[in-house]
Amino acid sequence: MIAGTIIVTFVPAFSQTLPQSADYVRILPEIVLSLFGMIVMVLEPLLDEETGQKILGLIALVGTLAGMGATWFMAQAPGLAFWNMVQVDGFSVFFHVLVIAIAAVVILSSYEYMAVQRIRAGEYYALILFGVVGMALMSSAVELVLIFIALEISSISSYVLAGFRRHEAASAESSLKYFLLGSFATAFFLYGVALMFGATGSTNIDQISRTLQAGPIPLLAYVAVAFMFVGLGFKVAAAPFHIWTPDVYEGAPAPVVGFMSTAPKAAAFAVLLRIVFVVNVHAIFWVIWVSAALSMTLGNVGALVQNNVKRLLAYSSIAHAGYLLMAFAAAPGLGTSAAMFYTAAYAAMNLGAFAVVSHFANAGERYVTLEDYEGLGRSSPLLAATLTIFLLSLIGIPMTGGFFAKFYVFSAAVKANLIWLTIIGVVNSGVGAYYYLRIIVMMYMRESRKEVPVTPVPLALRMALATCLAATLYLGIFPSRVLHYAQDSAQQLVQQTGPGTPSSASVPAFPEIP
Amino acid sequence: MRTDDLSSVILTLVPFAPLAGGLLLMLLPRRDRDIRIFALVISLLTFVLSLHLPVYFHRAQLGFQYEIDRQWVSTPNIHYHMGVDGISLWLVVLTTFLTPLCVLISWKSVHERVKEFFILLLILETALIGVFTSLDLFLFYFFWEATLIPMALLIGIFGHERKVYAAVKFFMYTMIGSVFMLAAILWLYAHTGSFDFVVIRDQIASGAVPKFPAAAQWLFLGFFLAFAVKVPLFPFHTWLPDAHVEAPTAGSVLLAGVLLKMGTYGLLRFNLGLFPEQARQNAWWVMILALIGIIYGALVAMVQPNMKKLIAYSSVSHLGFVVLGIFSFTQAGLNGAMFVMLAHGISTGGLFMLAGILHDRRHTYEISEFGGLATPMPVYAASYLAIVLASAGLPLLNGFIGEFLVLSGAFQDKAVYGVLGATGIIWSAVYLLWMYQRVFYGKVTHPVNNSLRDLSGFEKLALWPCAAAALVMGVAPILWLGAIDPAVRAALTPFTQVVSRVVRQ
Repeated sequence: MIAGTIIVTFVPAFSQTLPQSADYVRILPEIVLSLFGMIVMVLEPLLDEETGQKILGLIALVGTLAGMGATWFMAQAPGLAFWNMVQVDGFSVFFHVLVIAIAAVVILSSYEYMAVQRIRAGEYYALILFGVVGMALMSSAVELVLIFIALEISSISSYVLAGFRRHEAASAESSLKYFLLGSFATAFFLYGVALMFGATGSTNIDQISRTLQAGPIPLLAYVAVAFMFVGLGFKVAAAPFHIWTPDVYEGAPAPVVGFMSTAPKAAAFAVLLRIVFVVNVHAIFWVIWVSAALSMTLGNVGALVQNNVKRLLAYSSIAHAGYLLMAFAAAPGLGTSAAMFYTAAYAAMNLGAFAVVSHFANAGERYVTLEDYEGLGRSSPLLAATLTIFLLSLIGIPMTGGFFAKFYVFSAAVKANLIWLTIIGVVNSGVGAYYYLRIIVMMYMRESRKEVPVTPVPLALRMALATCLAATLYLGIFPSRVLHYAQDSAQQLVQQTGPGTPSSASVPAFPEIP
Repeated sequence: MRTDDLSSVILTLVPFAPLAGGLLLMLLPRRDRDIRIFALVISLLTFVLSLHLPVYFHRAQLGFQYEIDRQWVSTPNIHYHMGVDGISLWLVVLTTFLTPLCVLISWKSVHERVKEFFILLLILETALIGVFTSLDLFLFYFFWEATLIPMALLIGIFGHERKVYAAVKFFMYTMIGSVFMLAAILWLYAHTGSFDFVVIRDQIASGAVPKFPAAAQWLFLGFFLAFAVKVPLFPFHTWLPDAHVEAPTAGSVLLAGVLLKMGTYGLLRFNLGLFPEQARQNAWWVMILALIGIIYGALVAMVQPNMKKLIAYSSVSHLGFVVLGIFSFTQAGLNGAMFVMLAHGISTGGLFMLAGILHDRRHTYEISEFGGLATPMPVYAASYLAIVLASAGLPLLNGFIGEFLVLSGAFQDKAVYGVLGATGIIWSAVYLLWMYQRVFYGKVTHPVNNSLRDLSGFEKLALWPCAAAALVMGVAPILWLGAIDPAVRAALTPFTQVVSRVVRQ
């Protein structure tokens, strides 16, 4: 910092092109998380396996908490950083808090899993932390190339994490499938970025927005947005780019699935929201409309016939991506805040459900079929009750976060006059109730026919479950605070990129290469 | 505490007392006897509290009373708005009256997972009272959905052989029906900016809602579908027999006694209250469905070999009367509909308890398994007769008044509706008395029935209040109608306006 000051003082010509100290504060959470990730990597070979399991997880957990603290500092310094590449606003703070909280809960719920499945913990925790760096960066990046880099950071960590059950063929298959299809999708995204550069001469979202608003929108820009949508649609498992989801979720370790189905999705939705605001919504309105309707329907219909709980939840996550896209179709009205609320509520309930599933699956993930859940209500009433609340929230029953999430999305869609999409949505949420109900039925209304061992719930998992449960109920009973925050930051987003607002002209543009 | 103070909070106390009791119950140790006593105390306390409502109710005053209106969520504008009028008042009391009886009737018959059973029962009571008292559409939907879970669990965990099938069917029918209501509620919110029933009603009446004429028919249907499934009206009724046959006794009592009334209450409050013109236009086919329900339900009831299924189909028939009365748009018809709702709650609740008592002893509902029961169980037979006669509409018992009023209302609307509806009364006498004859009269056909115990103390405690209520309601209906009549008159005001507008054109 001192060096920076000296340079600024003595070499005024360069002061425009060098990052300010405030710039570093604006990516402080990413820095902190990367540091902790590296500490975990460095310590891993120094510790033997037994102690490593415990200490590395603890360090990773402390890392996420430190990242959360850093987010607070970041939130105090709103604005652009690094030549308009990173933007700190209410929106990015919201998603920072969300993905870091998800990581903390996943680390807590992995604690036991690592030991039971005999997985070496070092790389695992480090990869989660690095993945979170990428996702956090995605939510604050406003430069398409940086978004791409952040997307790759998060994706590559997820590819490796998916293959962590090294002894299982299914896990390797899952990882490879995810990797091949995922790189294909990110290539689409990159192609979209290139086309957008061709259409507008810029990769900065703000710049693109101004160019597009200034004149008629070139066809190339539509194509570019469509390509980007393909890339992001894959990440959020929206139909018709959803085929990978069940296979990958089935093979990947259960806590990782909890992670994959919430954090990268939230980040990808954040990017999508920013992009939706840049380009006139109607350019991709019908694309989103069709994708939302397809995702809800295919996801729910697919889930109806599943017998494996992980696959069932995979299809359910496709359906939920559909509900979320519905909010996108309703953006920029109430849609943005509805989508933000939905990602938060979905993260809480889905993580909770996967935490229970991963505990219950036991060594080698042996118990993941619906039949295994028979009689769980009797053998382990507390665990069953917790899972029931998460499932009821996924159905969208009052008093849970899932209810308000769906409610806001539907009401945003009605407000935007998307009556048919709303009807498709409500019918789907009715149908969707069936397969969640099946799990509840298995737990409470059937007697167990198989010997399924139920191990006591360790402390770390208890904390993870308590967090998810508290968040689900909090969002279901007192939704106002979170919703207000989402609405305020959505308002900021509109002001930043909305038509006719003064742009940040005082901030220097990306330095020209001499 | 002064009564004014109590009046201002009574509509928070009554709905949430059972929930608080349920939560406390979770903390109690699993000593079944204590749990039963605790549940009984809580439900009785709620009943006593709820008596405050009719006692201090201003009968002549129009509009809602005991109102509470506080903001819950600021955006969207959701209020905790509770209130009762003459229509909802008695449904609340009916709920609180039946719940302690459900506790009593389950005293001996539920012996597994007793704690869960009573927790679910109390949570269900909260949700049911909430449905009848909430005046905010969001809050209404909230409680409406909240009734689903405890009821589905009561059926699914404590039911009989095909309980899972019945529970899932019940859940899915209601859930899918009610999502259309959600869509309609959201539309109303999007165009009025409020969830408040009174605000929306006044805005619609003054024509201040944009695009309303184009959407009104769809909104009417959205609400109608949710309520028609719940009532259940004729083509949507197939979940009911399954749910009833498989449900535990207490579940059946609350299902028939109160849950079905949610549907008719909704029709009366929302379909008539918010969309009077559409209700008028659609009345002809709704009444035809109601008539089909009355006659078809009765005919199917007649041929049922299973006692509980017979009572279930008789509910389809009786609820048809309620819908017929509501959509006749006459003073008498609406008064009658309200009265049938209450009478049906008492008498059918009683019938399900009686069937449950028999099931506890013989583990079957088959009518052919019984015969000549009057000899070994005289007290039971007498109680049964009282309730059967009430249900069949014998004068001086509660069934008669309501059906008479409904039919006279239907006659005023169109004579043919009255005539067809009246056959329903004959049918109901046929299937009920025939069933009574087969079960109680003659010689004991199965020797095992000779040793059946007569009513126990708890069973008497549960049954006789029903019989007494049936008699009092039949002799002095004015006690109930006094509060119902002004509310019904107010509900009908928009219709007389519609009629006079039509006449002037």
